[in-house]
Amino acid sequence: MIYPLNGVIKVTKLVFLLLLLIPLAGWAKEAIPVAEDPEVEKRMLALTMDLRCLVCQNEPISDSRAEFSNDIRREIREQIKADKTDEEIVQFLVDRYGDFILYNPPMKPTTILLWFGPILLFVIALGALIVHLRRRRVQVGEISLSPEQLAQAEALLDEEKKGKKV
Amino acid sequence: MMRYLIPLFAFMVLAAFLLVGLTLNPRQVPSPLINKPAPKFQLDQLHEPDKNMSSEDNLGKVWILNVWASWCVACRDEHPLLVQLAKSGIVPIYGLNYKDERSTALQWLKRYGDPYAISIVDIDGKVGIDYGVYGVPETYVIDKKGIIRHKQIGPVTVDSLEKTIIPLIKELQQQV
Repeated sequence: MIYPLNGVIKVTKLVFLLLLLIPLAGWAKEAIPVAEDPEVEKRMLALTMDLRCLVCQNEPISDSRAEFSNDIRREIREQIKADKTDEEIVQFLVDRYGDFILYNPPMKPTTILLWFGPILLFVIALGALIVHLRRRRVQVGEISLSPEQLAQAEALLDEEKKGKKV
Repeated sequence: MMRYLIPLFAFMVLAAFLLVGLTLNPRQVPSPLINKPAPKFQLDQLHEPDKNMSSEDNLGKVWILNVWASWCVACRDEHPLLVQLAKSGIVPIYGLNYKDERSTALQWLKRYGDPYAISIVDIDGKVGIDYGVYGVPETYVIDKKGIIRHKQIGPVTVDSLEKTIIPLIKELQQQV
């Protein structure tokens, strides 16, 4: 025994001290349920994975702990419960935050360059390569020697053969 | 000659793009709400909780909606400017007290001055979502027909007030 209980006063003291601990139990809260409805949570996660957190711009809302993302997640949960379709929810957010909230930009006049720019660059590069190769072939084909040059070349080759024999 | 000029030219084009990129602020996301009707709201007032205010109460005048909170550090930076603007009487400023606590919000206004004609309380940030708020402070200029004409993300500065906001307000006030 840590406390020698030799007297009623000591016991009442101990009980009193223990009673003082009761308010501490009030601190322990039940964990807030992350997913009240797993179906809603699943849809919400799938949606928010492709949405940008505007505060921490390189993080999707699904991963972000920012207050902004908390609010958007709550909003999406509420809208899912209100039987809104995924398209309606995304449109709701785009109307307020713009296309920037989408990681997948929609195809429209202002994003045509974004979508087709790489293909355009590839086509230009391919064209440049073809033009370059054609030009080189013409250059290679054009090389012709005059009779004197041919004679000179033959003489040089002959000389080399003789040199090797020696 | 050309074979040296082409890479140089390509480099200059790339450098020009990067240079422009340096001057852009990735935090300034253009709001899709510009030139659209301001989202409607009906919220309780901060000072008198039993009264409310609706966005339609302000039809017929040019006004500013400033989103603020006592927990927002940058709000403190812009606050003296708002107090000054309110004193000048150019335009009424309405405060949207965003996800704040009433008592601390009231204390904050007492301490730093209250530029707001009326402050309204958006306790859970619902109206904030309607307005596309993501970085407090944000400031909206709304015209006589209730259309958002300008949105400033982040604190108002002397520069943005003098060069953009005040000239815009004067122009909007001329309109019928």
